[in-house]
Amino acid sequence: MAEQSYTEQEFKVVGSRVRRPDGVDKVTGRARYGADAFAPGQLVGRILRSPHAHAKIKKIDISRAEKMKGVKAVITCDDLPDLTGGRGPNFDILVNCMARGTALYHGHAVAAVAAVDEPTARKALKAIKVEYKALPHVTDVDAAMAEDAPIVQPGVEHDGKPSNIVNVSQFGHGDVDAGFAEADVIIEKSYRTEQTHQGYIEPHACLASVGPDGDGELWVTTQGHFTFRNVCAQLLGMDIAKLKVTSSEIGGGFGGKTHVWMEPVALALSRKANRPVKLVMGRDEVFMGSGPTCSTSMDVKIGAKRDGTITAGQATLRYQDGPFPGPWGMLGAMTSWACYDLPNVQAVAYDVLVNRPKVAAYRAPSAPMAAFAVESTMDLVAAEIGMDPVDFRLQNVAKEGSKAAYGPTYGPIGIEATLRAVKNHPHMKAKLGKNQGRGMACGFWFNFGGQTCTDLNIGVDGTVNLTMGTVDVGGARASMSLIAAEELGIPYEKVKCNVGDTSSLGHNDTTEGSRGTFSSGMATIFAARAAIDVLKARAALMWEIDVDDIEWKDGAAHAKGIEHSNLAPLTLAEIAKKSPQTGGPIAGHNEVVADGAGVSFASHICDVEVDPETGKTKILRYTVVQDAGKAIHPDYVEGQFQGAAAQGIGWALNEEYVYGEDGRLQNPSFLDYRIPVCSDLPFIDTEILEIPNPNHPYGIRGVGETSIVPPLAAIAGAVSNAVGVRLDHTPMSPPRVLKAIREANGR
Amino acid sequence: MNGVQVSTTVNGDVEEFVCHPGETLLEVLRNRLGLTGAKEGCGTGDCGACSVIVDGQLVCSCLVLGAEVEGRKVATVEGLADGNRLHPLQDKFLEHAALQCGICTPGFLVAAKALLDDNPDPTEEEIRYALAGNLCRCTGYDKIVRAVDAAAAELRKSSKKKASGRKK
Ligand code: FES
Ligand code: FES
Repeated sequence: MAEQSYTEQEFKVVGSRVRRPDGVDKVTGRARYGADAFAPGQLVGRILRSPHAHAKIKKIDISRAEKMKGVKAVITCDDLPDLTGGRGPNFDILVNCMARGTALYHGHAVAAVAAVDEPTARKALKAIKVEYKALPHVTDVDAAMAEDAPIVQPGVEHDGKPSNIVNVSQFGHGDVDAGFAEADVIIEKSYRTEQTHQGYIEPHACLASVGPDGDGELWVTTQGHFTFRNVCAQLLGMDIAKLKVTSSEIGGGFGGKTHVWMEPVALALSRKANRPVKLVMGRDEVFMGSGPTCSTSMDVKIGAKRDGTITAGQATLRYQDGPFPGPWGMLGAMTSWACYDLPNVQAVAYDVLVNRPKVAAYRAPSAPMAAFAVESTMDLVAAEIGMDPVDFRLQNVAKEGSKAAYGPTYGPIGIEATLRAVKNHPHMKAKLGKNQGRGMACGFWFNFGGQTCTDLNIGVDGTVNLTMGTVDVGGARASMSLIAAEELGIPYEKVKCNVGDTSSLGHNDTTEGSRGTFSSGMATIFAARAAIDVLKARAALMWEIDVDDIEWKDGAAHAKGIEHSNLAPLTLAEIAKKSPQTGGPIAGHNEVVADGAGVSFASHICDVEVDPETGKTKILRYTVVQDAGKAIHPDYVEGQFQGAAAQGIGWALNEEYVYGEDGRLQNPSFLDYRIPVCSDLPFIDTEILEIPNPNHPYGIRGVGETSIVPPLAAIAGAVSNAVGVRLDHTPMSPPRVLKAIREANGR
Repeated sequence: MNGVQVSTTVNGDVEEFVCHPGETLLEVLRNRLGLTGAKEGCGTGDCGACSVIVDGQLVCSCLVLGAEVEGRKVATVEGLADGNRLHPLQDKFLEHAALQCGICTPGFLVAAKALLDDNPDPTEEEIRYALAGNLCRCTGYDKIVRAVDAAAAELRKSSKKKASGRKK
């Protein structure tokens, strides 16, 4: 669609650092998040979870719990009959919400209660008797691929045999064998990354209410209330139109709140109890029962000429998905080589089932691990041929017209510009001291557009209500208000943006893939332009001239031509004021499948100091350079870069799921799963590059995800340079670093 | 219910309530007093989202029992602004975009308030260590530290003005 393409323009308000419209509520404690809703007569829901990594559920006896005073409903999988036909993604969601005959991981839900208060609900959980028969389990991705591994899901086959390998994907082009034959230098290395969690501070929470007529309402912290509505309606056998889902303020998601974990349980409890039910996860449940990202095991091989030209790249990636298939390995393979223009390249990925929680998207899902392996190997090749790592990358960098290993041919892209910015950055030239090291790495993310629907309504006083359907995960209402103000030509303060519930707008895809600003931004532009058409028509009526003689600029209708020079411009507010007499309310509406999300690239630089006695790594300095396409609100773009980098730093240095021999998660708490705190980090420098996305009127690209991709490799490079040993396993926690130093010293 | 009767002061108002002996102050604030500004991120003292000030001391309200605040003074994020005038910390958090999702914000504001009450001119390092008990997953803390630093400067300016005003 031509109108979607980028046109260069001078912006008046877009790009300014205004205060966000939801800010005051959030600094005064007024903003209502998932757990902050109340309904008259509401009950407290709680979920009983499996203590076993893998077990047959022989019997669940709920009779005692049901009889307890104050207990209003107890449910098992029998209260959630399968309406999905027994297969597909929604069936997996159903099985994950409530185990059906087999507990697939430590923390898998097996029953749930609704009671008048928290103590009663807890007592009722204790009164439910579950008879398990423990089954052999497997939690490690390599062990799960072994011939004699315990089978996680019967029915899954690979090479004609029962297996945990649920999917194999392959991408690439050229002839890698021929490429390696041409190489002067070949480096091949294996890597591992441990499982990490998104770690949003707000646990999953919802308030569900189903009436005797079967109609329902759901208040929930989610990245996609329309998707949640569709999934829950199917699982509960409700009409989509009769389940109204409202997204609360969301206390962080990072992909983890794109998935349905427990909302059908809350609805089923409410239906059975005939009262509203509030269901909130504890932090331990968030770790055990809502999806982390994959752990991986990877091999990467790169061949290059002495002059720095890569002749071939090959990656074998093994991603564990938990007990249900996902696209995770595939996404790792697709992103692995995306920064480079290679003649011969291949990526093969295995998606593997294990007895761990169902894996969920985590910010640029699957890309950080693959980048860790590829970028670390890039460093090794550069060192081997004696080339500067930035120059080596620049020599092989993908450009406009390069064919990506995952298929497409790139349009204008920013990877080269980020690398040049890194090369010229003062950070690159700063001196390092003893036990200090520097690393750099690149990252890529696709970004996504998808279905979007937006409504713009103009009040009689000339103020504007903008209703968007993508959830605001971190400042989107400010960005959308800026865009509407820009298009209409009115001050930012005249626009109030809200997130609509599912009954107020058409379907909106989940806020994922960094699509919020890209796609709702596009729909907002078109909705505003539709409103401008109405405004012009009303002005034409008021002036009694032809609408074609009117143009819209600076927030007012202007009559064109000498013959109309006596007509002073009519402002938006003046036209709005007369709207009751000229045809009623003035509105603009848009629904769009926002195609053409622009890929985005980042390059990071990191300095660390490693204590050789303890193995502890301190981040001394960190710089993010990323292409944003167009930064609508630079503060929140920087915030995305900084937050993504901080998550990457946690992943690189501390965070990991620790499983015992018994297959149980050992550290489901913020005490033992340690995310970076304020005193762990320095200020994170950012540099926003703006290489417009040709497929968006303002040139917007998604910005939220890409910068979680480079940190693992950048930090691994820095730590390796500081200690003189290559680290190949995240997190690079003190014991792991010490072990690597000792092994290198032959101790 | 074997209730405990408690009388306390919250943000300057006298509050009386009956709670379970095992009920936390956080549960009391949120479920009995309707003050949902304090959030539960963990319930185990590890995230600081539930931070409140009791008799001048910063505490995790998830680790304090409701029954323990009998006769004491509790201050929460809801009491930070002066009527409709935002506290400089709130103002600077907005100016510096120190929040993304905002779930951690009430806890950070309360913890920062406790810091600045105690130390009006903290260094960057002192700010970072004083806030190390509060987790934020969105911001990387960069803009939070800058906002607290700016609010401290603002508060120092206005207290100087007040002091010199008194002298005249
Ligand atoms: S909820 Fe109290 S410290 Fe996390
Ligand atoms: S702003 Fe989201 S956790 Fe701090």
